[in-house]
Amino acid sequence: MARPKKPAKTSVPEGPALAKAATGIQGLDEITGGGLPRGRPTLLCGSAGSGKTMLAAEFLVHGALDYDEPGVFMMFEESAEELAQNLRSLGVDLDKLQRQKKIALDHVHIERNEIQETGEYDLEGLFIRLGHAIDTIGAKRVVLDTIEALFSGLPNHAVLRAELRRLFRWLKDRGVTAIVTGERGETSLTRFGLEEYVADCVILLDHRIVDQVSTRRLRVVKYRGTGHGTNEYPFLIGKGGIAVLPITSLRLDHQAPTERVSTGIHGLDDMLGGLGLYRGSSALVSGAPGTGKSSVGATFVDAACQRGERALLFAYEESANQVLRNMRSIGVDLGKWQRQGLLHIDASRPTLFGLEQHLVHMYEMAREFKPSVVVVDPISNLTMDKEDRSLKPTLMRLIDFLKQQGITALFTSLTSDMAADVADSQVGVSSLMDTWILLSNMAANGERTRTLQVLKSRGMPHSHQVREFVMGNGGVDLVDVYLSGDRVLTGTARVSQVAQEQAANELRRRDHDRRIKELASHRKAIDAQIAALNAQADERAGEVAFAIEREKLTAEGASARSRAIAQSRDVPPPGPRVLAVRPTVRKGAK
Amino acid sequence: MNAHKSSAKSRASAHAAELAEKALHEEQPEVPEWQLRLYVAGHTAKSIAAFENLKRVCETHLAGRYSIEVVDLLVNPRLAAGDQILAVPTLVRKFPEPIRKIIGDLSNEERVLVGLDVQPRR
Repeated sequence: MARPKKPAKTSVPEGPALAKAATGIQGLDEITGGGLPRGRPTLLCGSAGSGKTMLAAEFLVHGALDYDEPGVFMMFEESAEELAQNLRSLGVDLDKLQRQKKIALDHVHIERNEIQETGEYDLEGLFIRLGHAIDTIGAKRVVLDTIEALFSGLPNHAVLRAELRRLFRWLKDRGVTAIVTGERGETSLTRFGLEEYVADCVILLDHRIVDQVSTRRLRVVKYRGTGHGTNEYPFLIGKGGIAVLPITSLRLDHQAPTERVSTGIHGLDDMLGGLGLYRGSSALVSGAPGTGKSSVGATFVDAACQRGERALLFAYEESANQVLRNMRSIGVDLGKWQRQGLLHIDASRPTLFGLEQHLVHMYEMAREFKPSVVVVDPISNLTMDKEDRSLKPTLMRLIDFLKQQGITALFTSLTSDMAADVADSQVGVSSLMDTWILLSNMAANGERTRTLQVLKSRGMPHSHQVREFVMGNGGVDLVDVYLSGDRVLTGTARVSQVAQEQAANELRRRDHDRRIKELASHRKAIDAQIAALNAQADERAGEVAFAIEREKLTAEGASARSRAIAQSRDVPPPGPRVLAVRPTVRKGAK
Repeated sequence: MNAHKSSAKSRASAHAAELAEKALHEEQPEVPEWQLRLYVAGHTAKSIAAFENLKRVCETHLAGRYSIEVVDLLVNPRLAAGDQILAVPTLVRKFPEPIRKIIGDLSNEERVLVGLDVQPRR
């Protein structure tokens, strides 16, 4: 049995305010503001099978184990053995509690046909038995389940009623906190009008079947001298005992961390101010069938596991294996996280239980697994009835619970394909969410394109663009915004525009190449010309040098000859004279 | 039956027990055919009336064949659960079996006889 720690909410001041005895039952103490009226009897009524005995028994067990208040369980219908068996299924060892003198059981059994009545009598025997049991273990709590059985056992109802009145007075005088159970009557709260005697606190249990799904509900009909939640609250008898769904929506006091977590989709993170979601916030991903909601959810889980965080995935449409297989097809391998114990996939049919029971199941799973990320895929499937008004309060409770635990949650929700309805149909739920991501299909030019937009995201700047959303082998991502002129292009339009632009680019590139090549060959031609001219110049220079040499030699020959002639004629040689021909070389001339 | 008597003495309130004691001593054979136990809560008018009514009926119809044990629950509250006592006074026919119970002050002799399943001696 889940035994919550002593709630700190015994903040109800002692003294003038009513003292209360905590029941230790999840949720009930919150509704009643601390528990049942201490030292007074409380009437617990409901039809057969509504959980009266279980609630009463838990009240005693919690009292004995958690609040050091021993209790007496006086039963008129079940035997002690049967009760012990029922409680054993919740993990309570009643025999041990009895041995430890924390709980005393007394089975009052009356057989009408064994009893003959003659003359006056009273029920002092019952008082003595109860008093003895209380004194033996020092009981502070008493349960009478169901005292109405006396009406069928004792013929004289006048005496019985007088004695019951005395009994309840007596219980008050003893100062024990008592639960008296009663069977639900046709017109009154209890079949024999016990509410007449027990006027301080009346709790009604109800077991209703709506659309073949049963839901247990609890309502505090009356609680004299104190405020209390007046609504009908769903409750469950689970493996942890009774859990009344907490009304956390009464209080909005959860923490608001500023830390951000990635959604696993880079493009989406970018749209959400570049950082992703706030930790502990809740996001709704809604969209028509086939828009990729589950893939977004799986990617989110994958990202959390990659960070080494624990993730819990509630799948209401696919089995765990199916989820693993399908996500592998887009390159998200959840199987390894599951093997590492980071991921738990909880797949069930939504029709398996009622909405409330799903909720409690989620609570229990979340408490057990302690994830930092929870994905529910999808919430729209949790209720078969589309108009189910209980979806919103149930989700509110779940969201509040997750927020208080600091768990980041992502819910997917199926909407109809009609674009106009999208905003309407989810308004009820979306107001609870911090971030709302809408996936939609855009059909144009004979083609369907997935798009993603962030409709809202509290507390962060976010992109208002409609982005194209693609799923491939490499997972889920957003395509960069493709602007052409003043239009955002998606799908084939984007692809063809891209192709067109690519072609244009290619053409231009080739043109450039061509021009560069042309330039290069031109340069080569010039270089060749330069080489040829150089060669020509060299040639000419050689010719000139040769001519000069030749002329020099000729000149030297002439002077040598004239000297020889002068010597032979003995004429003094003539003075130096200027050569008549001076060769001039104009280099480079043609 | 001595053990029985003494235990009865220890349990019963003084007055009722003395009355019972006398009755037993005077009338009882070794193993009485009718073993009756009367549960009362204290020394009240109802308990005295019940005891006296019972004694009268027994004397009239079961003389010499009965034993009466009086249990005062105020003295021995533990014993109330054993015989499933709720109302007081309650007369329990322990023997002959099956166990039968008569609640009330036993003022109606006829009903007591019916309740005990005794053939009236006429």
